[in-house]
Amino acid sequence: MELLLSLQDISYAYHNLKGETPALSHISFEVSQGEFLAIVGPSGCGKSTLLSIIAGLLMPEEGSLFYKGQYITDCGSNSVMKVGYMLQRDHLFEWRTIYRNVILGLELNRAVTKENRDYVLKLLADYDLYAFKDKKPSELSGGMRQRAALIRTMAIHPDLFLLDEPFSALDSQTRLNVSADIAQIIRGTNKTAILITHDLSEAITLADRVLVLSKRPACVKCEMSIHFDTDRSDPLAIRSTAEYQLYFNQLWEVLTNEQPAVQTG
Amino acid sequence: MNSPLSRQADGISANQLMFLKAHRRHHHVIALFRLLLIVAFLSLWEIAARCGWIDPFFFSSPVGILTYLYQMIADRSFFTHTGITLLEIIVSFLLVTFFSLLAASLLWYIQSLAEILEPYLVVLNSLPKSALAPLLIVWLGTGTNTIIVAGISVAVFGSIINLYTGFCQADPEMLKLIYTLGGSRRDAFFKVIFPSCVPLILSNMKVNIGLSLVGVIIGEFLAARRGLGYLIIYGSQVFRLSMMITSIMILCAIAMIFYKLIQNLEHCYRKKC
Repeated sequence: MELLLSLQDISYAYHNLKGETPALSHISFEVSQGEFLAIVGPSGCGKSTLLSIIAGLLMPEEGSLFYKGQYITDCGSNSVMKVGYMLQRDHLFEWRTIYRNVILGLELNRAVTKENRDYVLKLLADYDLYAFKDKKPSELSGGMRQRAALIRTMAIHPDLFLLDEPFSALDSQTRLNVSADIAQIIRGTNKTAILITHDLSEAITLADRVLVLSKRPACVKCEMSIHFDTDRSDPLAIRSTAEYQLYFNQLWEVLTNEQPAVQTG
Repeated sequence: MNSPLSRQADGISANQLMFLKAHRRHHHVIALFRLLLIVAFLSLWEIAARCGWIDPFFFSSPVGILTYLYQMIADRSFFTHTGITLLEIIVSFLLVTFFSLLAASLLWYIQSLAEILEPYLVVLNSLPKSALAPLLIVWLGTGTNTIIVAGISVAVFGSIINLYTGFCQADPEMLKLIYTLGGSRRDAFFKVIFPSCVPLILSNMKVNIGLSLVGVIIGEFLAARRGLGYLIIYGSQVFRLSMMITSIMILCAIAMIFYKLIQNLEHCYRKKC
């Protein structure tokens, strides 16, 4: 598979008057086109910081970032990256209808063309939200709101989806269904995705590869490839397989064990 | 024509009907007591003035006020004085709203500017604005301009601070969303900050209309030959209490009308959302 993103020796620290808080320490990994990568790690280890660096919102203090082989020099360069970012909450604007929410990215990129509008309407129809396009976000369920947030992200045609715990605000049943739906949608369009989560089950069920980060300052503790013979669209079926249990136990051991990095899978 | 309640009567439970009835009765009782309170106050005032319990020369009376109001309408001075005060309040209020929005937006947009100006804004807001009025007369002379500037000076600094504080409290994750979608700081302002702060702007306008009125009256006390503030100060100098109290009553009515207008605007916005 073609290499899409490469991080080499990325380090980052937050600074304030009280001192310096190292968040990331010499992180290196690669992501291929069409791959679904999950990043897990303890709370506050710097997962979201890592995603912000990939999105171009923060600039690494050390290390380099390559996108399709091109060296990313500053935060402004994220325009060449075509990144779609999904946050922990859907952040649909209550003062806009669902349709106007999902075309927000197009408006910001001055790309509200007839072609793009038709594309957005098709996405709304494909994901059962067309009938709700003129409703306000508060009139939708949690799952529908997350699907609308995904359409908003997809509308700008990103090559890389950055998913920053996008299911954490949902109840467990909705979370299971929505996460599987969204992973299927992303796989169906052959897009690349990086999912940040602290839920091991979610990471194993959705991803092709799981990257485990250490406590802050985060470094890569372990990389694990995930393969299932079962259909991945059914999260419950996957969770009842023996491989799932094996992956879970291995990852759990890595997470709870403060040992140096290992390569598995 | 059937009321919405009777139209729905078949479809709603007896308990719901009882709740609706009790709710309506509660509102009627509140309205009745409000009316009774003002009628009782005015009656007691009138009786006290007629029976000599209070001196009408110092306290006037409701009938005296109504008579004076009728005279004002008959000789058209009501329209002159109320008109000029209304004009000054409206112009002050519009300018306060415009300048405070513009300044708060600039302060949000240029954070360093906000840090530089913050202590000055706090000092200017804390300053008793009536102390500025004589200075304004020296600088601008007596007249409408001075009164409008006095009206602005009372409301503008507090309004800037309130709006800027509100702008800064916008959800940072929403701003992050704008940046991740390729938006700029300008986009963050127009797509997130401004729309999310519309309720704050409207409630700020409710405060500003009252403060503009206070500023205009302070200005008219010192620098006017027309207007309700002038009538109040003139009435106090010549001991015409009916003139003073009538002017104060008209001011109350103006304040209430403006407050209701902005409240309706707020309701329209909430309905739209």
